[in-house]
Amino acid sequence: MSTKTLRAGGLSLRYEPRALFSVLGLVVLALAFAVVLIGSGDFPIAPGDVVATLLGDGTPVQEFAVMELRLPRVLVAVFVGAALGVGGAVFQSISRNPLGSPDVIGFGQGSTVGALVVIVLFQGSAAAAAAGAVVGGLVTATVIYLLAWKRGVHGYRLVLVGIGAAAMLTAVIHYLITKAQLVDATRAVVWMTGSLEGRDWEQFWPLFAVSCVLLPVVLGHGRALRMLEMGDDAAYALGVKVERTRIVLMASAVLLVAVATAAAGPIVFVSLSAPQLARRLTRSPGPNLAASAFLGTALLLVADWTATNAFGERRLPVGVVTGVLGGCYLLWLLVSERKAGRI
Amino acid sequence: MLVESPSRASAEPDGPVQKPRRRNSLRAVGLAVAVGVLLLICVLSIMIGAKPVPLDDVWHGVFHNSGIRNDVVIHDVRIPRTLLGLLVGLALGLSGAVMQGLTRNPLAEPGLLGVNAGAAAAVVSAIAFLGVTEASSYVWFAFVGAAVVSVVVYVLGGSRSATPVRLALAGTAATAALYGYVNAVQLLDSAALDRLRFWTVGSLADANMDTVRRVAPFILLGTVLALLIARPLNAMEMGDDTARALGAHLNRTRVTAMLSVTLMCGAATAACGPIVFVGLMVPYMVRSITGPDMRWILPYAAVLSPVLLLGSDVIGRVVVRPAELQVGIVTALVGGPVFIRLVRRKRMATL
Repeated sequence: MSTKTLRAGGLSLRYEPRALFSVLGLVVLALAFAVVLIGSGDFPIAPGDVVATLLGDGTPVQEFAVMELRLPRVLVAVFVGAALGVGGAVFQSISRNPLGSPDVIGFGQGSTVGALVVIVLFQGSAAAAAAGAVVGGLVTATVIYLLAWKRGVHGYRLVLVGIGAAAMLTAVIHYLITKAQLVDATRAVVWMTGSLEGRDWEQFWPLFAVSCVLLPVVLGHGRALRMLEMGDDAAYALGVKVERTRIVLMASAVLLVAVATAAAGPIVFVSLSAPQLARRLTRSPGPNLAASAFLGTALLLVADWTATNAFGERRLPVGVVTGVLGGCYLLWLLVSERKAGRI
Repeated sequence: MLVESPSRASAEPDGPVQKPRRRNSLRAVGLAVAVGVLLLICVLSIMIGAKPVPLDDVWHGVFHNSGIRNDVVIHDVRIPRTLLGLLVGLALGLSGAVMQGLTRNPLAEPGLLGVNAGAAAAVVSAIAFLGVTEASSYVWFAFVGAAVVSVVVYVLGGSRSATPVRLALAGTAATAALYGYVNAVQLLDSAALDRLRFWTVGSLADANMDTVRRVAPFILLGTVLALLIARPLNAMEMGDDTARALGAHLNRTRVTAMLSVTLMCGAATAACGPIVFVGLMVPYMVRSITGPDMRWILPYAAVLSPVLLLGSDVIGRVVVRPAELQVGIVTALVGGPVFIRLVRRKRMATL
């Protein structure tokens, strides 16, 4: 870790060059893939034209394809990726475990149950299913937090209670799927896999609004979170309000993940892998919140491009690709954790 | 417990040796009571269902199949279902107990650690990619899946630094990955979805004598293997070095244990889909009755797990009449709170 300092008059800013350049690199990668993704489809548009159209110089056809069809989808992917990346980073940091991500410890399953109740029992619209997902995620998170509470929330207990809840909720999910008609069941499975297909401005605005409020809140608590990783006592001694910081961060992360899930379904493994990959890229300690956010975005855009283009005619939901990539990554993580003697 | 010698106990009935002997006879009585409860549950399982059968007819139906309606119900539906419940319960509970003994980890459980999910993923692949439609061939794929995952779990869980939390997390993450795969396959093939969505729940509803006959040999073989390694497992609970000093064959025990877990979990999952938490709850409860001696834990688990599974199945038949709640859902909903209670205990949380 080599830290550099910028000084200007009485002000100084400390930064780590490697982390800074990694984040910049990720931003460039994400932008490039966003442009490629907007340009690809049944009506291909060259990257130059995409940029021109975005700046307002496109033909009317290009204008329609970009602004009405593809831009909202890509923007949903951008914010879903960022929300999942940050949510995962917060939870992995609080549980002090690389596997303690929201989709492993029950929140994803909670959102899924909420959405499935709407889809299967009420045949509700997509918007209603999204609302169900948010409510399901929040209720689950609250219940898990309360069950894990015992004079403060210990990271491990939170994880284990979450695992128990996840197993119960998985049973409920399976039950709802057997209850459903085949049409609804198919819709439910598509939703559960996580897809960006057909996402438009309607899904984007709520996601954008919540992200605009919560991402800065979480990033602002980054320093406190980094101190929390040293243990509650050390953090307390350094002036961090331990339980308050934790609850603010967890509530924000849960909301971010729930809103992202509502917008695109429970896309697996982004929140698990983004923080870990970010940490390896920046090689800096701490939760790496900003890098996780951009990595989540880049990851989701790359996965979405792969899902829509790599399998010929067939357009797969993005969740299939993140699932496969994430599964391989998980295997590698388990093996390396074992080698390091941590599992 | 290992150094207890029966001859000395009979020669000197008084003194400190008296106590373990009395405890053993208490345990034997407890086991007899447990068998009684199991019989009771079996009778209930034959009586209760969409068409209730009165108690008098149960006796008649089981031993004289005269072709009247209740006899047909009992023979074609209830007996296979009860037998399958017995076998699957036995398999899941016993493999949970063996895994917990082997990894010295109270959260080791086939459902939670992804062994069942591994079997499920293998069966799903077989249905979708290899065009397997016969339920009779599911079992072989389930074995492969269960074997792969149980070896992985053991490799991860057998090391000294594996805390229950890490193992449970690894298992849950692996389960999530495997179910993600299962979902993806179902999505690509909606015919497979229609068949699989019922199988992935864990249900005894489709039981028939063919299924029972097919899985029984594997589960019984697994049971025998599990019961045979009770003593070495006892020794291994004290740590590898002590176990070796006490004359236990570590590798032979490990291989036998893995083999029996794979046989039992694979067969159980092939027969009725993934069922969670039975292997967690039963050994946990049994240990509070018998103490840490595997020679008592295993028989108790073998008797009480079917009680739990059949009990859950009977509950599932009653609660949402006229429909049924699948047994896998009931065990998850019952087992979840038990699991959460277990992890809220002080000792667990500090691991």
